[in-house]
Parts: sequence; C-alpha cells; structure tokens
Amino acid sequence: MNPPRLALHGISKRYPGVVANDGVSLVVQPGEIHALLGENGAGKSTLMKIVYGVIRPDEGRIEWEGREQRIDSPARARALGIGMVFQHFSLFETLSVAENIALALDGRDPPAALAPRIREVSERYGLPVDPQRLVHSMSVGERQRVEILRCLLQAPRLLIMDEPTSVLTPQAVQQLFVTLRRLAAEGLSILYVSHKLDEIRALCDVATVLRGGRVGGRALPRQESNDSLAQMMIGRELAPCRLRPREAGPIELELTQLSLPSADPFGTALAAIDLRVRAGQIVGIAGVSGNGQRELLAALSGERRVAERGMVRLGGDPVGDLDPAQRRRRGFGFVPEERLGRGAVPSLSLAHNALLTGAAKGLVRRGLVRPAAARAFARAIIERFGVKCRDERSAADSLSGGNLQKFIVGREILLGPRVLVVAQPTWGVDVGAAQRIRQALIELRDQGAAVLVISEELDELFEISDRIAVLARGRLSPLCDPAQTSVAEIGRWMAGDFAATRPDVSHAAA
Amino acid sequence: MSIELLTAMLASTAAAATPLVYAALGELVTERAGVLNLGVEGMMLVGAIAGFAVGLTSGSLLLGYLAAAGAGMALALIFALLTLQLQTNQVATGLALTLFGVGLSAFIGKAYTGQPIAALPPLSLPLLGELPVVGPLLFRFDALVYGAFVLFFAVQWFLSRTRTGLLLRAVGESPAVAHAIGHPVQRLRYAAVLFGGACSGIAGAYLSTALTPMWVEGLSAGRGWIALALVVFATWKPLRVLAGAYLFGGVTVLQLYAQGLGLHIPSEFLSMLPYLATIVVLVLICRDGRSILLNQPAWLGKSFRPEA
Amino acid sequence: MLRLERRAQPSRAMRVLAPLIAALLMFLTGLVIFTLLGKAPLAAFGVFFVKPLSSMYGLGELLVKTAPLLLCALGLAIGFRANVWNIGAEGQLVAGALAGSGVALAWGQTESAGVLPAMLLAGALGGMAWAAVPALLRTRFRTSEILTSLMLVYVAQLLLSYLVHGPWRDPDGFNFPQSRMFNDWELLPLLGEGTRAHLGAVFALVAALLSWFFTEKTYAGYRLQVAGLAPAAAAYAGFGEQRNVWLALLIGGACAGLAGIGEVAGPIGQLQPSVSPGYGFAAIIVAFVGRLHAAGIVLASLLMSLLYLGGEQAQIDLALPAAITGLFQGLLLFYLLAADAFVTWRIRRVRRA
Repeated sequence: MNPPRLALHGISKRYPGVVANDGVSLVVQPGEIHALLGENGAGKSTLMKIVYGVIRPDEGRIEWEGREQRIDSPARARALGIGMVFQHFSLFETLSVAENIALALDGRDPPAALAPRIREVSERYGLPVDPQRLVHSMSVGERQRVEILRCLLQAPRLLIMDEPTSVLTPQAVQQLFVTLRRLAAEGLSILYVSHKLDEIRALCDVATVLRGGRVGGRALPRQESNDSLAQMMIGRELAPCRLRPREAGPIELELTQLSLPSADPFGTALAAIDLRVRAGQIVGIAGVSGNGQRELLAALSGERRVAERGMVRLGGDPVGDLDPAQRRRRGFGFVPEERLGRGAVPSLSLAHNALLTGAAKGLVRRGLVRPAAARAFARAIIERFGVKCRDERSAADSLSGGNLQKFIVGREILLGPRVLVVAQPTWGVDVGAAQRIRQALIELRDQGAAVLVISEELDELFEISDRIAVLARGRLSPLCDPAQTSVAEIGRWMAGDFAATRPDVSHAAA
Repeated sequence: MSIELLTAMLASTAAAATPLVYAALGELVTERAGVLNLGVEGMMLVGAIAGFAVGLTSGSLLLGYLAAAGAGMALALIFALLTLQLQTNQVATGLALTLFGVGLSAFIGKAYTGQPIAALPPLSLPLLGELPVVGPLLFRFDALVYGAFVLFFAVQWFLSRTRTGLLLRAVGESPAVAHAIGHPVQRLRYAAVLFGGACSGIAGAYLSTALTPMWVEGLSAGRGWIALALVVFATWKPLRVLAGAYLFGGVTVLQLYAQGLGLHIPSEFLSMLPYLATIVVLVLICRDGRSILLNQPAWLGKSFRPEA
Repeated sequence: MLRLERRAQPSRAMRVLAPLIAALLMFLTGLVIFTLLGKAPLAAFGVFFVKPLSSMYGLGELLVKTAPLLLCALGLAIGFRANVWNIGAEGQLVAGALAGSGVALAWGQTESAGVLPAMLLAGALGGMAWAAVPALLRTRFRTSEILTSLMLVYVAQLLLSYLVHGPWRDPDGFNFPQSRMFNDWELLPLLGEGTRAHLGAVFALVAALLSWFFTEKTYAGYRLQVAGLAPAAAAYAGFGEQRNVWLALLIGGACAGLAGIGEVAGPIGQLQPSVSPGYGFAAIIVAFVGRLHAAGIVLASLLMSLLYLGGEQAQIDLALPAAITGLFQGLLLFYLLAADAFVTWRIRRVRRA
C-alpha cells in the first residue's frame, strides 16, 4: 500500500495565553477529501498554516509521502506539492490575474508568458478567468477561481481549502464541489477546512474534528448526521432558536429609493433600495460580502450622508442628513461587522467602551464623563449577557471574539433602541456565544424593536428572520417570508437574478 | 529673453530640481513598499554634511557621494530597525529621524561651517554638448543632473518590468498576503527603506557640493519635506515625480530671476514661493480623494510583523 | 537565539519605565560622546547636566526654557492623541509672536494695563490662525496636516524676517533687523529677583492642569482619544473627524502662539529674526517622551529645557558646539520609541528546533 500523502504527528503550537494546537495528529490519503471540522477558535486555521509553512509548530512531526519533512516556508510547501486557498483571499487587488499568479509561482516566468497556461488549466477544470483582468474588478467567486487556478498551475498533490464556501452562493458551492470531486478523482488530496456540517457530509470522505485545539474525534461524515457531528464539534447538542410568530407594528426604519456611490474605488454602489422594517420584526438581508453591504451599513448608521434626507427614515422622520450620534439619540442602534477597531476600541477598557455609544445613557453630564456610571453600565452589560472577562476594567482586545461581540450587542441592546441594525452578528463567534446573541436579538424583537440583520450565514437568517431579502450588486431583492421560500431561490437572488420572483411577494408584503 | 538668460535659468532649474528628484524617487520606492519614512529631511542633512566633509577632506567628490549615500542608509537603517523590527509608529519614528538628523548634522557640521569646497563640475556630454544653442542649453549639466534621469528610468523599469518590482508593489498593498504566499516581506521592506536613505543622502550631498557648495546648518530648508509632498503630488508615479521636481525647480528659480525681470517683491515673499506652491499643489491633488485612494499603496504607514 | 514576542497584555511597568530607560540611555550615550570628543566624561557630564541647575539663576533659566516647551508640547499632545499630526508648532509660535508684537507696536508708547493682556490674546489667536490653515485644508481637501503645517513654519519665519527687516524695524535701531524694545508694561512680570523666569511659566503650569482635566475628565477629551486609538470606532460612534481636527489644531495653535508671545514679551523683549531655538520642534519630542500625558510632559519639558541649558553651558565651558543639544534630543526620542516597543513586545530566548 502507498504511504499516506500527509501525516501529522503530535503538532502543538502555543501563543502567549492560548494553546492553538495541542498534540494534533491526522492522516490524509491520496485522492481523499479530508474534512477538518471545528468551530471558530478550535485551531483549524493555525494547523493549516503550519502545513503550508506559514507558521512553524512548537512540537510535532510532519510526514509527506512517507518521509519526514520540515516545512519552513510556503515556498517549501509548494515545492513539495502543497497548495492552499485562503479563507480571506491572498490576492493583490491592484494587480492582474496573471501578475497575481506569477507572484505565487516559484518559477521566474513573467506574467505575460503565463497567460496561455492559465487559459489552458482554466478551461480544463471549468474555471473561466481572464488573465489580464485586475483582481479588484472581480467578484468574490471569480477571485476564488483565481486562487484555485493559482494552486492548480503548480500541479499540487495536496490542496488545502480554508472555509472556501463562506463567500459563495449556494449554486456556486455546488459548482465548486463538482470541480473538487473531479480533482480528487485525478488523485489530488484535499484538506477541506469548514464548520458547515451539510457541506462536509456532502463532499468529504473522512473528517477530523478539532475542539479547543485538540482532536475531538474522527468520523466518516457520510455515515453521520448533523447532530452527531455537532456533538463532536461542540461537545453538546445544538438547540436552534425559536421565533414565535408575532404581529408586526408600525414602520420604524424605511429606505426609499436609496442610491449611494461607493467611497471605496473598488466598492459597490447602491441602486434605488427600498426597504421597510416594522416594530417587532426581524428582517434578514442575505448576500455575499462586497455586494454593497458596507455601503448600506454606512448609509444606515450615518457614517455616510445620503443625497436626500428622506431616503432614510427613522420612525417616519427623515434622518438622511444626520450623523451617527444624532441618529443614535433618535433610538438607532448599530452593531458593526468589525468588532475590534470599530465596534470597540481595542486598547480601552470595557467601561470606556461602554461610553463609546452610551453617552446619552447618563454617562456624560455637562461635557464631563461620569466614570462610575460608565463602569456600572459596563457591569450591567457583562452580567446581563454573560460576557466572560476579568471585570469592566479589562481591555476590549483581551476578550475572545464571542465575548466581545456579546458585549457590543449587549451595549447596543441596553441602550434601548427602537431600531437595531446588526452586521454579521455571529461571524467568527463560538457556537455558545452565537446562540446567546441570536436569542438576544429575538428578545429585542419581542419587546417591539425593529431589527435588521445583515449576514452571510443563510442558516442563521432562516432561523431568526421574519422577512428575508438579498443584497446583490448593490440592489435589494423583494422581501419574502422565509417559510415561503427556499435556499435555492435565495441562492438565485444572491447571484443577482431577481426575475424569478413569485407574484405574491412584493415590497408591500412587509 | 536672451539665450544666455534662458540657459542660466534652465541650469538653475535643473540644479534645484535634481536633489528633489533623488530624494523623492527614493521615498517613492520606500512608500511603494508600504513604508512611510518622514525622515527624508534628516537623511538629506546628514548626507549633506557627510558628503561635504568626506569630499573636502579626501578631495574626491565621488568618495563624498558614497559617504553621503552610506550616511543616508545608516539613518534609514535606524528607522527600519525601529519600524520594521520593533513596530514603532512610522510617523513618530520618521519625525524622530528628521529631528535627529537636524541635530547630528549641525553638530558634525560646526567644524565645516564657512569652509569652501570645489563644486561639482559641469559635464559636457560628448558631441551633444558641442551642438550650437541646444548644447549649452541641455547638455552641459553636472553628472548628477543626468544621473537623476538615469535613476528615473531605473526606478520606472524596476517597478513596472521586474518581478521584484512587482513584488514590491504587492508588498505595499498587502504585506500579509505576500507573506502568506511565502515572500520575504521584511527583507524587501528593509531594502526599500535603505534605498530611500541612500537616495536622500545623495540628494543632500548635492545641496552641499553642487547647488550651494558649502555647509550651513539646516541647509536643506525643508526640501526633504517638499520631496515627500512631491511623492503625494505624483500619486506614487515616477514620471510625475520627475515632472513635479522640475516644476518646483522652476518655481525656485523664478524667485532668483524675478528681481531681474523687474518685479519689486521683497525677497522673503519670493522665498516663500516653494513652500506655498507645495501647499497649493497638495491641495489640488488631494481635492480629488479618489486618485489618491486609487494610487496610494494600501498598506502605507501601517505596521506589519510576520507571524511565525 | 533571541526573538521578539507579543506580550499577552501590554506591560504597565514598561509604560512607566520606558521614558526613564530612554533618559538613562541618553545620559549613557552622552558619556560615550563626551569621551569620543576627548573630554573627561564625568566632568563634561557635570557641566552639561548638573552645573546649569546649581544656582538660582540657573533654575530660573530652566523655567524660562521650560515654559515655551511645555506650552507647545501640551498643545501638540492633544493633537497627537487624536492622530492629528501638527508638526508646525514652530510656525504657530512665530505667528503668535508676530501677532502679539503687532498689537504692542500698533498700540504705541502710551502706557496701559490693557496692552499685555491684549498682546497675549493676540498671540494665542495668531497661533490659532496659523494652525487653522492646515485644519481647513485637511477638513476641506483631505490634505495631510503634516506637510502643510510644516511648510507654514518656513512661511512664518520668512514673514518674521520680512517684518523685522522692513516695516517693523526699529527706526532708532541702527538698522539692526529688530523691532523696538518693548516697554516694561508690555513685558511679562518676572517671578523673582535675580532670575529671568517670568509669568509664562505659570501659564504653562496652568495649561498643564487644564490639559490634564481636558483629557482625563471631559467627553471631548475622550472623543479625541478614541479618534486617535481607533479612527473607525470614532466614525462609528459619530465623533465627527472634522470637529476633532479643528479642536486639536486650534488648541495646539493657541498654546504655541502663547508660547511665542511669551518669548518676545519675556526673555527676548523685542522681535528679532529668530524668536525660538526650535522649541516648536523640540516640543514634539517632549510630547512623546511625556507619554502625551500632562504630568509626563511637565517632566519631559524640564528635561528638554535642561538639554538646552546644558548645550549652552557646554559651549562656554567645553567649547562644544551647542548643536549637541539637537543630537541629544534626537537620541532621546529614538531611545524612547525603542523602549516603548517593549510595552507590547518582549524578548524571549528560543531554542532553534
């Protein structure tokens, strides 16, 4: 029998205060699609970076095709035949496809000479791209193709894919799987890193589950259920949130023909967006990032002013010309996508971070900060939302992603908003915190607030939304009832095709 | 206008522009790698005194220029160690470099104040220099004026045609990505900072051995800062650096000849021109935020430390 | 092998120690430099750092130089905390000196108790006006305040030069490029007999208290701090960037302007072609060495003032160029930046696998 393609023995990697990997071993056979499964923070990315030579392990051995190897650089990994597709793409936006590929190949071919080879490989695997195009003009799906092509051009024998589907529409995921299965059939081994259980059961032959940096189990995913895999991943059962039907109230947030050019030269402009969110209602907006999400959030929060003040209304009043602080005083709450650096100031204490948006909550009087009030408010958030930290004097960047997110969501909720806009509420958050955050949003809705959630996680939106819509290429689809639609239809919308709208769905359906 | 006056004005323009070309092209390469070094003024001053002192004592301006380049690199190395290794704030460290350079050059230069030095001689290009009218007009400058054009072509070629140049631009956009696909980001950024230092050093030496062949404290008079402004004005493009430097050279020269042209403006106001022009030009280019956003290296001025 | 490693928590001890380590390293380097220059290091050290402090007059001089440094640095620090890089305090200082002197010169020779306050007010306003230009250009046209504020230093100095050579030159001054001497009632009162220390030092101290109160206690100070630490968070919270830029530059300009008029209405007593030996630039170092914190800045400005005095003393007693002051200033800042890095990083010995 042939030796395994890759075997890891007892890999450990420690950072100050965290053990990212603790004695991890796994074996990947030739032609095998091997899932590396684990929730956020379980140590998957660290392990993959070790295999690819980006990070060096503190302990452990790596065997490649039967021989022990030291992989001390990505160049070494590539020379061995290991390719990697990163979760956050490792492409240079201002360069062309060919230039990007040239920089990742260890040969010295100039970009122009690579074009024919790029075309050849791209046709063979059904991954069409134009070598001359600049990356910043491409959609995320196209960018991923470039990443995969870049690996394939080096004829790798192991391909690492780190959360490859987080940026794809459901249809594009199916296409990707076809390509991956074909590559595996040709003998390529694939290490597939993900936390999405359905995908792993559909695609992978074998799964290794990481939990808290250690191997928590091994499985044949086709013989497992989502529940049993989740059990291995988080050590307990998953209980989905329950959304009890509820009569929606008056319109609290209204966008009318909102158009906005992007501030970023590579961004997406918003085109004539109409949206209504009612009191006691959660509206979910699905879509792949980069389709105008950032612009929509900036227009909602007031970080960018819109052309006409009536384009954005809070409780019926036009607010398009108000700044974020003024909107907040009118009962608008906002949880941004980036936690550290936007939602919270990394080096400041939680008490000082409570002050970031909490000034109106009696934390400031006559221009002076009331430190005791700020500390009390921070303590209230910590208690109410189970934020794990030393105390309210802990710096924001000392908290885990999940706990910081609970703090930020908690802060915005305790400010008692009439309208709350939340971007990627559970992105990069561990399962326990994610559930707590979703539950908190539902409670806020039950208390009569209007909640707008923008997320890439379709499952999440189906779980907590009263109405769902899709943002694609700067346009917003009609709103629909999640019970009346399907992942397939939302997927079509995500690709920008709103034509397939059923007649009973309209803007007024809200 | 007589041909003599035109020749003289052109010569002064080239002389005023040349140090800006060196300093700004050096800084352009540094910034293209994503590193903002505000220490240009300090590196120029140290280069100026090093070039002057070594040129004077050794009698060889070539040695002087080598010393100037070396001195500029030495200062740049301090900057690189602090910002690239220890991740100090690039703005603060660059300011420190300038303040240090001002102090160091004044300290070393005390002994050389007021001493004369033989200026860099003009170099008549073979054949071309003999041409009537055009010869004296265009082909009888000193070696560094031509060198500035050579440097321009070299930088242009390097950035647009070589793999390392492509990588340098890529690093300026995202050092994290370059590191993730296995490129030696740190080494490249060091090299870019040192190159900037060498160029600034040479620019400084040109001031003290060619433009005004003597040493006075603070003789760069803000030219290092103007070079920094030029890089922004040029939206990080070498050709526009060259053009911009000559434009500034022209403004500087205008002040010398304005009196001759019968304008009765106090000399102080004429001396303000380059500084005011810098402000005006910056405003004009920055008004269109998009062109800055599109061309500015995305990682400019931010720290990066490869994880390991 | 040694390797840098990020600390799990920034070290509080290092935050306090870093400026002290930097000062210590600067002193040690001073000893090395003195030795290299062929001076007995300890004796030279004594001349440079101890002798200036050994008399009442010397202590007074320390205050004379501390006042402008402290004022400028306090103003700059407020900006630096908010990522507003006003490096043109030197120009704002000159502008303040010009505006204040202009009031005195326009007032004429009639004695009045109102002249001095008017001069001080004009000085602060002059500095503010000079700083308003970069503020306007940054908020309106996104032009870097670093470059514009610095360019304006040269413009201010040339303007000063023009005025003392031209319209404001003392007609009875034998053609020296300087204004008339200010009268007693146009000068800041001295703090004591036998010193040149003047009321400006008190202003600076009051400014330090105000600055502490502003940054630690007020919401406006908090907003500036957030803008500096995390600009995106400031935008999210709705702390308008424009307001912060204006506030930071105007405060910085007012402080520097006050320092400027304090110089001409203090130790100098008239307008001269040079009214500052680079206080505005040295204040940048003071602000950093003082941790952008009022108490730290008070200490750092005393140290920086001592460097100036030591430079002068070394020139007299040791025949060393006074420019050695600039060398020490630069070294101090480098050492601080390096020592500062160890607040977030530490050195760890690692075995090569």
